[in-house]
Amino acid sequence: MRLRSLVAAVAATALGISLAACGGGDSDGASGGGSGGDQTLTYWASNQGTSLDNDKEVLTPVLEKFTKDTGIKVNLEVIGWNDLQTRIQTAITSGQAPDVVNIGNTWAASLQATDAFLPFDGDAMNAIGGKDKFVPTALATGGKEGTDPTSVPLYGLAYGLYYNKAMFAAAGLQPPKTWEEMVAAAKKLTVPAKNQWGMALAAGSYTENVHFAFINAAQNKADWFNGEGKPTFTGDGNVQGVLRYLDLMQKDKVANPSNAQYDNGTKSVNDFATKKVAMVINQNNADSSIVANGMKAGEYGVVPFPAPAGGEPVASHVAGINLSIFKNTKNKDAALKFVNYMTSAQTQTTLGKPFASLPVLKDAKPVFTTDEAEAATFQDVYNTKSKPLPLVPAEDQFESTVGKAMNAMFAKIATGGTVTADDVKAALKTAEDQVAASS
Amino acid sequence: MSLATEQASPAATRPAKPKTKRGPEHRPGLNRWLPYALLAPAVLLELFIHIIPMIVGIWMSFVKLTKFFIANWSSAPGAGLGNYKVALDFDNAVGQGLLKSFGVTVAFSLITVAFSWVLGMAAAVALQPEFRGRGLVRTLFLVPYALPAYAGILTWNFMLQRDTGAVNHVLEQLHLSDGNTFWLIGGNALVSLITVAGWKLWTFAFLTLMAGMQSIPRDLYEAASVDGAGNIRQWRNITLPSLRPVNLVLVLVLFLWTFSDFNTPYVLFGTAQPPAGDLITFHIYNASFLTWNFGTGAAMSVLLLIFLMIVTGAYLLVTGRRSRRA
Repeated sequence: MRLRSLVAAVAATALGISLAACGGGDSDGASGGGSGGDQTLTYWASNQGTSLDNDKEVLTPVLEKFTKDTGIKVNLEVIGWNDLQTRIQTAITSGQAPDVVNIGNTWAASLQATDAFLPFDGDAMNAIGGKDKFVPTALATGGKEGTDPTSVPLYGLAYGLYYNKAMFAAAGLQPPKTWEEMVAAAKKLTVPAKNQWGMALAAGSYTENVHFAFINAAQNKADWFNGEGKPTFTGDGNVQGVLRYLDLMQKDKVANPSNAQYDNGTKSVNDFATKKVAMVINQNNADSSIVANGMKAGEYGVVPFPAPAGGEPVASHVAGINLSIFKNTKNKDAALKFVNYMTSAQTQTTLGKPFASLPVLKDAKPVFTTDEAEAATFQDVYNTKSKPLPLVPAEDQFESTVGKAMNAMFAKIATGGTVTADDVKAALKTAEDQVAASS
Repeated sequence: MSLATEQASPAATRPAKPKTKRGPEHRPGLNRWLPYALLAPAVLLELFIHIIPMIVGIWMSFVKLTKFFIANWSSAPGAGLGNYKVALDFDNAVGQGLLKSFGVTVAFSLITVAFSWVLGMAAAVALQPEFRGRGLVRTLFLVPYALPAYAGILTWNFMLQRDTGAVNHVLEQLHLSDGNTFWLIGGNALVSLITVAGWKLWTFAFLTLMAGMQSIPRDLYEAASVDGAGNIRQWRNITLPSLRPVNLVLVLVLFLWTFSDFNTPYVLFGTAQPPAGDLITFHIYNASFLTWNFGTGAAMSVLLLIFLMIVTGAYLLVTGRRSRRA
């Protein structure tokens, strides 16, 4: 008898372990709740503030208010940018998904292609307050053109050229209006002996790099995909745009070669905030980092990222965060209520300052800074000088292949090599082939 | 259920046992089932942790599992050998990338294994004679092995930074370089990768070889010494041949580990891995998760598995034959 119970126990334990292994994630992916008064939504928020904890602190009272108003509880998890895309992929594959999730708006068309997200069709759109409440360019990032979007804008962001006012004044310079002026000013402010550089670039970050590949090519009126969604990476406008950006380190030598190791935007912003560099191109959420690193508001100014003389005045892509609902949610109505709440004027105003975001709602005023000139500059860039990244399913592949190709080219320059237009073209051809082979 | 009925009989025959003193063979039911019962948990776990995922992986390599199908992956259309063709088409970017990454991985594995083995052997030999503090030194040598991989590699990442890293600082102080060397991008990335992987691995070689040396009879050395053999001669003619079985397994295990190492490049380089440090596992991860092409990624994984199986088989065959001859 003893043996029998021992065997039974061992078998049960083994079975239990394997079942637990299969079912793992059930609890944390719970989209349950479901019935009656105690509905619970699971919400994955992206990291917007200075840390994951900071995000929790900022969001908790906002979510508590939602619970108070509607009786719907919200189970919050804040996810860092490095993990978010993989977590979303895993959620799509396993079906163990949250109800509502933040996505980078550039992924919208790629995620839409998975068919795992709820389309905001007429009814769903009405439930969240109608499409007319959003800034049209922001809403346009929600999915492929001509389809019902599967995401709606939550926080708006745009690139701007931050400059150090004192450094510019000491060198007798005006804030640049063209690319040529920007390079001339950067050269004048580059003093390698003092370890001072004109600009800082996040040259080791493929996501940052691909944004500048896009913006610089857009200034040359070039596109990365044709009307059928096929990659057209090797066009002259793209090659010249990429080379122009690489030349900031290669030919103009206004950026420290060490920047080739900067694998995220925070490092270049820190160099600017600690006054090692005179200029940095970053999205408006850099404000909180700059101030946290000791630079005071008023010590820096912002102008649109300039195009070369005669170029298209594109100063940014339409950057920002969107909100999506997983199609398999058991709490569709509650999720729609939540999206409506997060994109309401009141919530936007509450979160606009701590997350340094631009409003995605028509007629709303930016609240992320007290500097009216800065607010106006960013709002102008976002509303009139920005272009959405390609709204095609292969957008994520464009980001990874072209971004990584740029990382490698910056690394080559930093370690003493030379990158010619032909090299850029060859690298972009490889990226294009990779996209073509896997789509 | 049959298990329970089978077990009823041995319980009934138990009183006979003291008389015969012949043990389990007198209890045929138990004798037959006990080994399986004891193996069952391991087999079940093996099934769920290795076998089933492997079968799923092989299945994935034959379907077109892109972003368009991952939400409902059982409905992905068949791809035949399409994924393999893409992975092995060396005229195309994907195939070329895989080939380059394969070359990097071969170089990385061979050098890392050699480096770890030499270091481990040197340390094991040096710590054979008894001396004061030997225990402490042995313990210190095991630190890289005991440290969580993530923490150790991350520390290397800090030390290898160009402007703020300790490595450049020390090299500059020693007048060995101007302190401006890039270690994590460009060609040096492979050197860094080998150093970090070797640092992580050599203590395992050390531990294994030291344990192996403990089993070599001391009198062999004493006899050799009386015959006038020096340290090197003793090492070559006694230590090395005696460690042969240990070395066969050790080298194979080290090679398999380094060839499929994912942690080191992932933590050392982050998402911005340089072409010179593009190891095959990380390459497959990128192919699957960055370009959302899980079918091609799975095909690459299966190719890797086949390659490692061939290498292992050939290695065991060749070394086994040599052992038999010797």
